[in-house]
Amino acid sequence: MKIAVCVKHVPDSRVRIDAGSKRLDRSGAGELNKFDTNAVEEALRVKERLGEGDVVVVSMGPEGAADTVRAALALGADRGVLVSDPGAIGSDLLATSRVLAKVLEREQPDLILFGQQASDGAGAVLWAAVAERLGVPSVSQATELVVEGGRARVTRQTERGDDVVEAPLPLAVAVSDAINDPRYASLKGVMAAKRKPLETLSLADLGVDAAQAGEAGSKTVVLGIAPPPARSGARRVEEGDAAQAIVDFLAERQLV
Amino acid sequence: MSAVVFLEHDGGELHKAPLGVLARAADLFGSADAVVVGSQATALAAEAGRFGAAVVHVADDPALDPALPAPRVDVLETVVRQGGYDTVLFSNSVLAADVAAGLAARLEAGLNWDLVDLEQRDGELVGKRPALGDSVLVDVGWRGTPRLALFRPGSFDAVETGGVAEVRPVAAALAPHSTRAILVDHRHQPDEGPKLEDAEVIVSGGMGLGAPEHFALAEELASVLGGVVGATRAAVYAGWYPASAQIGQTGKTVSPRLYVALGISGAVQHKVGMQGSKAVVAVNKDPNAPIFEFSDLAVVGDVHVIVPRLVELLRARKGS
Ligand SMILES: Cc1cc2nc3c(=O)[nH]c(=O)nc-3n(C[C@H](O)[C@H](O)[C@H](O)COP(=O)(O)OP(=O)(O)OC[C@H]3O[C@@H](n4cnc5c(N)ncnc54)[C@H](O)[C@@H]3O)c2cc1C
Ligand SMILES: Nc1ncnc2c1ncn2[C@@H]1O[C@H](COP(=O)(O)O)[C@@H](O)[C@H]1O
Repeated sequence: MKIAVCVKHVPDSRVRIDAGSKRLDRSGAGELNKFDTNAVEEALRVKERLGEGDVVVVSMGPEGAADTVRAALALGADRGVLVSDPGAIGSDLLATSRVLAKVLEREQPDLILFGQQASDGAGAVLWAAVAERLGVPSVSQATELVVEGGRARVTRQTERGDDVVEAPLPLAVAVSDAINDPRYASLKGVMAAKRKPLETLSLADLGVDAAQAGEAGSKTVVLGIAPPPARSGARRVEEGDAAQAIVDFLAERQLV
Repeated sequence: MSAVVFLEHDGGELHKAPLGVLARAADLFGSADAVVVGSQATALAAEAGRFGAAVVHVADDPALDPALPAPRVDVLETVVRQGGYDTVLFSNSVLAADVAAGLAARLEAGLNWDLVDLEQRDGELVGKRPALGDSVLVDVGWRGTPRLALFRPGSFDAVETGGVAEVRPVAAALAPHSTRAILVDHRHQPDEGPKLEDAEVIVSGGMGLGAPEHFALAEELASVLGGVVGATRAAVYAGWYPASAQIGQTGKTVSPRLYVALGISGAVQHKVGMQGSKAVVAVNKDPNAPIFEFSDLAVVGDVHVIVPRLVELLRARKGS
């Protein structure tokens, strides 16, 4: 059983938008997207339950993303593949899914896991585009995953309750952060990760044309950034009889 | 420009949020069409017409009833190619997000998500997307067509125009991988009590209530205001309140006249479910709680002190 886990290197909490390029500034320190630790954890659990398997971490990102891949290896994944190429900067959903699909075509995993969203871009849609390119089914918001006999049974959370979906492998699954409590990396894990194989690929290595990645391969653009309109007439109550102030507000708005 | 909107439905009713997107599209482009999928599609087409769809493409087939994304990608691909649409719009949901992204890859089309508005500027379409915890509003555009967009639910109000739609059946061939996943069960909890989506007043509780039994505070306040109780995901996950009461990105989208938030921090995932509320009153002991940024009345204080007294005052007022 080969399990691929797609993980993203995200800027740490102090994310900002670069005024010049109008893109998220990814120059600062980064980290493994928190939601992707749930995907790594689930991959390890599937492997542990089956008693065999190869867990490969796949990421596209800046050079610094190697640390993020190592962080996933420290949790117990077996090896990593990082696509890092200046030509990939500014990739949108279309371009990113194209590049990741290329890596996954090479790897031919039985199961492809994603986190539920990237904490920076928060599209929460990438898996569906990758799965479409690979011609495999995808299931998102998974809160339970059982892999058995070449099939998967996935419980997913929707707005109206839980759905249970079954599909043959290969399959792409985006896990909810409710699916598990990810383990922490042990010191031993961190040490072991340093010796695990990590392959770094360029777009050329993957046979992806420059026009197919980065801004050139993208079909969405950021045009400008503005402060959001403030909610007009907001009122604040910090002291005095707060309950009375609420009653007055409700009366004024004819809500009581 | 020619736009088509993906309409979701369940229980024999069209969802309101995509009808809002339809209203916005009809307003912006002069006219907008719709797609409805599943065995009730034809029956629902008339309703889509009443909410402003000029043409409704119906993929009326019981095989398409399970709420799975891939077959819907096939249907939309057919509709977009045959109808020559240059704009395809969705209201975000667990299903719609997967459909939109799958369609983007299928058509090699740009997808912008989490939009709260759309406008035309010099003949170009511009989307508005809040980012970085909604601290900035980003203008986004598309290169080429078709353009795909996912909107935050509740961004626009549905408008009943009383129109009559032209109904066009769609016969879409399903891709081999579209039928591999099957729905084997769904455990949809019936909504307990009154429907949050239709409530005029909602009192929601979060982790700031401190303990499950303190949801009684929210219930008492809701009862005196004639409202319904909602909850944050954190409160639901903690087992303090049923999942059917969850409001937000992965819960219900509501737009009451009054939304009272008790001990709720105001995470963006909660906000997207309640930002359509006409008036928001928040009680939170943290003066910097994000919820205050989108409250009409921001009350800094302890729910355990303020709410019991508020209930008392409202009861006295009613009594007099
Ligand atoms: C993909 C995803 C989807 C999500 N979907 C949803 C969703 O659908 N709905 C949702 O709600 N969340 C959702 N979340 C979770 C969301 O990010 C927040 O974690 C959640 O909304 C926080 O709930 P809360 O406000 O109850 O708790 P907290 O964030 O812990 O906030 C509690 C607040 O109570 C205040 N407080 C504490 N004591 C008192 C007191 N005595 N009096 C007054 N105030 C007090 C605190 O100051 C604090 O602001 C989602 C998250 C993710 C990642
Ligand atoms: N650059 C990337 N490289 C690898 N995986 C990614 C990348 N971006 C996103 N992902 C995966 O896709 C999921 C959803 O991302 P998004 O659609 O951007 O919110 C994440 O949780 C990751 O599992």
